[in-house]
Amino acid sequence: MSNNKRFNISAAYFFLAPALVTIFIFFLVPVLAAFLISFTDFDIYSLGNFQYARFVGLRNYIQIFNDPLFWTSLKNTFYFVCVGGPLSIAVSLGAAMLVNSKLVKFSGFFRLVYFIPVVTSLVAVSIVWRFIYHPHFGMLNYFLRLIGIGGVDWLGDPHWAMPAIILMAVWKNFGYNMIIFIAGLQNIPEDLYEAASIEGASGWHQFKSITLPMLAPTTLFVAIITIIGYFQLFAEPYIMTQGGPLNSTLSIVLYMYQEGFRWWNMGYSAALAFILFFIILVVSLIQLKIKRESEV
Amino acid sequence: MKKIIVYIFLIFITILCLAPFFWMVSASLMVSGQANTFPPRFFPDKITFAQYQNLFSRLNVMNYFLNSLIVSFSITVLSLFVNSMAGFAFAKYRFTGKKKLFKLLLSFMIIPSQVTMLPLFLMLKYMGLINTYLAVIIPGIASISGIFLIRQYLLAVPDSLIEAAKIDGASDFQIYYSIILPLAKPILITLAIFTFMTAWNDFLWPLIAMTSDSMYTLPVALANLMGEHSLDTELMMAGSVFTILPVLLFFLLLQKYYIKGIMMGAIKE
Repeated sequence: MSNNKRFNISAAYFFLAPALVTIFIFFLVPVLAAFLISFTDFDIYSLGNFQYARFVGLRNYIQIFNDPLFWTSLKNTFYFVCVGGPLSIAVSLGAAMLVNSKLVKFSGFFRLVYFIPVVTSLVAVSIVWRFIYHPHFGMLNYFLRLIGIGGVDWLGDPHWAMPAIILMAVWKNFGYNMIIFIAGLQNIPEDLYEAASIEGASGWHQFKSITLPMLAPTTLFVAIITIIGYFQLFAEPYIMTQGGPLNSTLSIVLYMYQEGFRWWNMGYSAALAFILFFIILVVSLIQLKIKRESEV
Repeated sequence: MKKIIVYIFLIFITILCLAPFFWMVSASLMVSGQANTFPPRFFPDKITFAQYQNLFSRLNVMNYFLNSLIVSFSITVLSLFVNSMAGFAFAKYRFTGKKKLFKLLLSFMIIPSQVTMLPLFLMLKYMGLINTYLAVIIPGIASISGIFLIRQYLLAVPDSLIEAAKIDGASDFQIYYSIILPLAKPILITLAIFTFMTAWNDFLWPLIAMTSDSMYTLPVALANLMGEHSLDTELMMAGSVFTILPVLLFFLLLQKYYIKGIMMGAIKE
């Protein structure tokens, strides 16, 4: 009897309702609505009266595929993800191994300091870095000049703007994945390394044959969250370059924002959002497939 | 020898991590124009708080601070209640379709929030909520990852505790309030810090949802300020310090819980 009482179903619904109702109204309905809007010509006129929006079938998607700005934003976003993602994961892993090294005292201190950029506001940090990247008065070029490298106009040169944004993003984010890697490293049994040392395996060899394979699940998890996050690049170019110079830092989300909320081309913008969703979905599925195959 | 190399690297990364903040604070204490000199200066000639005075008196930064505080605090409190109730239901109740519902919720996590923003804007505009605190608070309340973390945590709570309370005549809500919530305190603290900092630093949605200057949160106000005062380096640095500082102090005070939380999320996958 107590069993029946404990699993009181109406109580379960009472506890679930607030979360499920908010998720339904403010997440699920908007996702479906965005899907519908992406097949309409919803624009600034429809904003006053929704009835002005008409269904236009696949027109937005066709236009997007013929839109050079879309391809530019796609290319830039992939540049950011494919260079920035692996770089940030590598730096995170390196930092995790340093902090986790048995030789180090005060590892808690280093862990804390490396984490500080993660918790700070991306907007504030982007503003600070904008000045650090200043070609004349910026600190970066000052130090580069000291070691004899001529002034690069970091954010003003189309070739350097994206690398500059990647550099800042890695600086800002590596601490987060570092913490996850430290947790992963601490789960590797110590005797594996001891056995390898006795057999005379070098540090590099141990890294390759023990650390990397044992960390594979952690790395996959880190790769998925990093890549999904990096596809959503927005605040850095919004603050630092407004997508310039010559659209070299225009990301998909920034383009989506401009189309949707600056020009109010909401149908077009919704279609862009769905293309982003589709890309993220495909990339995540590929990564999960890799995971499944490696587990077999 | 090896030890020295490790320390050199560690200290080098430490300097790289802190240098931008050091320069930010230093420049915020300079008189206008001093940060834009060649060669760049590391220290102000004479420390001045003029930039901060300017922020408070002319740019009304306290208003943005309060907006950020109201929004972040409300999201944190409401989401703790809503997500802990749902997490409790998923962990401790049996009902048809529970597993399917939970899996469905988890699958939603793959959908980037940008997809929802256009219709959400239209919806909230239609409801008359755009440019109110509620426009930022409501979409931030329910968090699927929050529900997930709380559920995982509560799975370890023995059913016998709940049964004993039932026998003593406690209602379901009493059990939630006086047994589950206290037991879940560690995970709730972690989630609270996490939620608060995410809400404080959130940018894209508040940028869209708050359409008038007086409603801006700190990051939105700062970005807007950057548009108008992009040449006023020292002022911008003071604004950045003011945006970063509260949440940084918050983090330093509670970092133990926060870092534990990330490790927990990672291990659970």
